[in-house]
Amino acid sequence: MASLSKKWPWIFVVLGLLIPLLQPAMPDIVSDYRLFLVSTMIIAAIAVLGLNLLTGFNGQFSLGHGAFYAVGAYTAAVLMDKLNVPYWATIPAAAIVCFMFGYLFGLPALKLEGHYLALATFALALAVPQILKYKWLEGLTGGVQGIVLLKPEPPFGLPLSEDQWLFYFCFITMIVLYWAAANLLDSRSGRAMMAIRDQYMAADTMGIDTALYKTVTFGISAAYTGIAGALSASAIAFVAPDSFNIFLSIKFLIGLVVGGIGSLTGSVIGGIFYVLVDNSAQSLTQFIRNDLGLPFDLSAYTVFGVLLIAIIYLMPMGIAGGIYLAWRKLRGAR
Amino acid sequence: MEQFVQQVASGLANGAIYACVALALVMIYVSTDHINFAQGEMAMFSTYLSWQLMTWGMSFWFAFIVAVALSFVMGVLIERLILRPLHNAPVLSIIVVFIGLLAIFNSMAGAFWSYLIKEFPSPFPKSSFGIAGVIGAHQLGVVLVTLIVLGMLFVFFRYTPLGLAMRAAAQNPQMARLVGVRVDWMLALGWGLAASIGAVAGIMVAHIVYLDPNMMGGILLYAFASALVGGISNPAGAVAGGFIVGVLENMVAYAGNQIEKATGVYIIGNGEKLTVALIIVITVLTLKPAGLFGRVVVKRV
Repeated sequence: MASLSKKWPWIFVVLGLLIPLLQPAMPDIVSDYRLFLVSTMIIAAIAVLGLNLLTGFNGQFSLGHGAFYAVGAYTAAVLMDKLNVPYWATIPAAAIVCFMFGYLFGLPALKLEGHYLALATFALALAVPQILKYKWLEGLTGGVQGIVLLKPEPPFGLPLSEDQWLFYFCFITMIVLYWAAANLLDSRSGRAMMAIRDQYMAADTMGIDTALYKTVTFGISAAYTGIAGALSASAIAFVAPDSFNIFLSIKFLIGLVVGGIGSLTGSVIGGIFYVLVDNSAQSLTQFIRNDLGLPFDLSAYTVFGVLLIAIIYLMPMGIAGGIYLAWRKLRGAR
Repeated sequence: MEQFVQQVASGLANGAIYACVALALVMIYVSTDHINFAQGEMAMFSTYLSWQLMTWGMSFWFAFIVAVALSFVMGVLIERLILRPLHNAPVLSIIVVFIGLLAIFNSMAGAFWSYLIKEFPSPFPKSSFGIAGVIGAHQLGVVLVTLIVLGMLFVFFRYTPLGLAMRAAAQNPQMARLVGVRVDWMLALGWGLAASIGAVAGIMVAHIVYLDPNMMGGILLYAFASALVGGISNPAGAVAGGFIVGVLENMVAYAGNQIEKATGVYIIGNGEKLTVALIIVITVLTLKPAGLFGRVVVKRV
């Protein structure tokens, strides 16, 4: 069993790398639009992964990760727009900037617990669009209009379309980040993070520098989400303040809860899930309007809200946790 | 000078709204230790209800009363159906459920009534009072309505047996249960009351900020700031906090305006209102979590 479970990630990676190459064979199934959609799913997965590192593995809540996503996206956009930095170089830059922001926000967060931390981050999420429109930043951020960018071109003259290359770029970034997160959690530092989540007092007594770990985790988490933001700036080739509202943070939360709090695989499932629901809401509305004949615009957020509550009731460990439990039951029955 | 007084007056009117929403937050916090992130959206939904009733031909005040009553029922139902089964759930689950409610109310309002911004009528005459129109009739009316609501709540909690039972249930659930108070129902009533107070705030503010599904976002943030400034476990403090924060908000914008006039340097203005609230929230939370009038809770480990 163990050998198979070790092979799974590799199988997944190879399959992922093969997907765009299928395009010439099956242009209808693997269309440019679908590849782009998968890229946004990967970006979402990275953002949820960042939130999960903080909430799932360190026990600190954040309803304001949209803020770090915005910082990442704007860092990338400003660097590309003003300094002509190549798009791939904006990823580490966004990571560093977001790490600093996260670390700084983690300092006051040290004093807050549970509801209060949720409240502070909620306030942050509500204020983000306004901060981005601040007059002194307008020269950089372009104010309400935002910044229009160019889509990344495939390097070295590779015979790939823009969407194919975008897919590879996002996919490879995610693999690297996932691998780094898995190793981090498997290390002494990762165990310290989880000890702080499970038993703060005990962790403190055993000599773990809780303040350092909590702030650094906040920084790393923000860096992950910021990288996702930078990728999204490249992918959508546009940033504007009003797209970073409170509902972006709510989407990350739904990804976290649906996928599974404290599960890396779950984060990926959660990210894929929320993009999927977000994109099918349109057709769902059309179905309700045309086929059921109800004058009713169903928004994705109705689905999100109902799901958030339903999952807390039915599957507190999210989809990943649910699958795991079902798997254990099956094996136990055998 | 006249402008200054005008700013204070409109700050007090805003403060009255914040005080209402903050009071609703405190009512739920005191009895259940939860911060209701959906409070603003519930109030927005109630406001839409009253708007719908008015388009069906009801007068303003009749629609007001019906909407407040419906909100009460809505609050009780939410507590009984959704939050009661999660009585012992971890904090994160509760927060997630509140965010879920927020998303549902927001998107349902958008689905039923569309996201287009609507005008909302004011029940007060259009003239202005006092020294050369310092305060508008609507603003004065808002303050009056708020004070009436607060007075009624005070009388309810101070002088009626039911109010006493609710206070007992909030302060010491076990002892209250032993003397025969039905604590579960008291919590549900608290939710209902909170939803009603929120409805009053929503209907009063809708004339100023216009009616749309996202109208309460900024107000909720200011209500959080108010509740925290006053001490989130203290109802009277929350009301005081509301007025303080309301005036402070306008003073900051006014000061920014004056500085810009004097030196030509833009520092802060109306566009930074939410940022100001964010700074208040984080400052109070980190420096004085109990607020100005709150009790310091000492936890035994």
